[in-house]
Amino acid sequence: MSAGTIDPPAAAAGAAVAAVDVVPPTRWIEGQPSLHRITTDIARPMEAKPGRGWYICFGIAVLALLNLLGMVTYLFAKGIGIWGLNNAVGWAFDITNFVFWIGIGHAGTLISAILLLFRQKWRTSINRSAEAMTIFAVMCAGLFPLIHMGRPWDCFFIFPYFPNQRGPLWVNFRSPLVWDVFAISTYFTISLVFWYLGMIPDLATLRDRAVGGIKKLVFRILSLGWNGSNRTWSRYEIVCLVLAALATPLVLSVHSIVSTDFATSLLPGWHATIFPPYFVAGAIYSGFGMVLTLLLITRQTMNLERYITLNHLEAMAKVILLTGSLVSYAYATEFFNAWYSGNLYERYHFINRATGPYAWCFYLMVLCNVLTPQVFWWKRARRSIPILFVASILINIGMWFERFVIIVVSLHRAFLPSGWGMFYPTVFDVGILIGVFGLFFTLFLLFIRALPMIAMWEIKGVSHG
Amino acid sequence: MADRSRFLVGSFSEPGPLLASVVNLRRAGVAIHDVFAPYPVHGLDQAMGLRRSRLPWITLLAGLTGLCFALAFQYYTAVFDWPLDVGGKPENSTLAFVPICFELTVLIGGLGTAGAFLLRARLFPGKREQLPVLGVTDNVFAVVTPAPIDGNDGELARRIMIENGADEVEEREAES
Repeated sequence: MSAGTIDPPAAAAGAAVAAVDVVPPTRWIEGQPSLHRITTDIARPMEAKPGRGWYICFGIAVLALLNLLGMVTYLFAKGIGIWGLNNAVGWAFDITNFVFWIGIGHAGTLISAILLLFRQKWRTSINRSAEAMTIFAVMCAGLFPLIHMGRPWDCFFIFPYFPNQRGPLWVNFRSPLVWDVFAISTYFTISLVFWYLGMIPDLATLRDRAVGGIKKLVFRILSLGWNGSNRTWSRYEIVCLVLAALATPLVLSVHSIVSTDFATSLLPGWHATIFPPYFVAGAIYSGFGMVLTLLLITRQTMNLERYITLNHLEAMAKVILLTGSLVSYAYATEFFNAWYSGNLYERYHFINRATGPYAWCFYLMVLCNVLTPQVFWWKRARRSIPILFVASILINIGMWFERFVIIVVSLHRAFLPSGWGMFYPTVFDVGILIGVFGLFFTLFLLFIRALPMIAMWEIKGVSHG
Repeated sequence: MADRSRFLVGSFSEPGPLLASVVNLRRAGVAIHDVFAPYPVHGLDQAMGLRRSRLPWITLLAGLTGLCFALAFQYYTAVFDWPLDVGGKPENSTLAFVPICFELTVLIGGLGTAGAFLLRARLFPGKREQLPVLGVTDNVFAVVTPAPIDGNDGELARRIMIENGADEVEEREAES
């Protein structure tokens, strides 16, 4: 065959190859920002004065935080009788809030650890803020066991310690509540270490940008003398992978253990073997809801649309659709198992859940957690900022109510009717619920002002590597 | 006071020329002191001939330590020191000890790895950074070779760096 003539079948094959080749890979960064531009864009929120939007949000968050401080002080002075708890419902908003906040944290670890192991490049724009969210959410969660103790100054009793002043009496290691103490302490510590280690190269970048004074000093201390040596990078990447490999089963274990707080009891509505995977899916679902809420606000107010693109938001919407569907499946399984068990109390509990005095909570939960994520089957919805924002808020509400339904509805009519009761939240229940959002948002707003909310070095690697 | 040595520093604005320089320098027999980059450059470890870090072994050791400690501690407290009858469960409820064993494996394994990394990389709070060129944590890549006493060898390293696209090559003094 002479040069210049092309065999028709070969041409067709070539066209097929070309057709495959023209599908472009997803671009996770818009445009082609230079390395310096990436540094400048991400450092800008920390170096420039914040806008009015930040001050308004911060003001509201600090007011809510002050409300929390006031209410918790009053709680310590008076005791937990100021909450709406009674003999039937001994756990209510406190443990609901605890499980809710622990769940929120899960998205951060999923994004930073599991997606790292799966080499999902889209995590790079959102991992830092999601990890920060994890740490703040676990701090919020940790508050509730503490304030529910009645004697919070004795909180160290939950840890085994030396010298053991209780004589040889130790905590009961067979109890899921003790497992919880270890799981959440480990989770917080490992998340903090992962977050901080991941930030060291960026802290060094900020140190080298700081012109002097206290800012340079602080960044110098925090960046530990990092200088970008490739020998260090080489070890650093291994350490990140190892920590991700450790954090991956950890994140699955934490909410599994939280779920055993309930599942190992005999209470109808709690006593279910599906709880661990159900709680983990719910945790990731709620966490992604919160990440979405936070990122939609910050990308808009901090002008980071170039780095947190619609492609990122779409990827998150897909995770929400998956985990939301898993949660819906778990809801259905609970009902099926109650019917199939033939157990009177189990059956009554689920009839009561759907038709009893708290049925509105159940239907609100179904609306938010079963129906809302289904909108993400449509690509247009996954890429629409207003729909994503409304859905993320509904998910947050729905997941709080899910925990409320599991906890309060199960407790209020368990077994004998003589032990039944209703839970009505007092102003202190609601005030502390609002206040803890104040704590969370105060910490998050300070974080986006003080530390790089996007991992510069990872973005550089994705866009130029 | 630490010894001070002279180094030849080639700075680059792109990772491609940096990689080519490293490969060609090594091929020419020039020892490479270190390479600096604002992000981990793909393929640089192989180009420098770096061995894969052995830090995961520390993770294994630390994790096993955590596991053994958790198992031994729970067994000691629940079986020897103060056996408690909880719902008629056996004193040595090994399965119930699993969650805490797992958590401590992860905790000690993770902390051990992070600590070993900081020690090995000699990173500690307050350490004064030693940058070969300004901007190496922002947008500059740099190759550092020991400055040879022999002028001809120095010229060779300088020429390879420039031929491969170095923006600037200069001799600097630093703590070795």
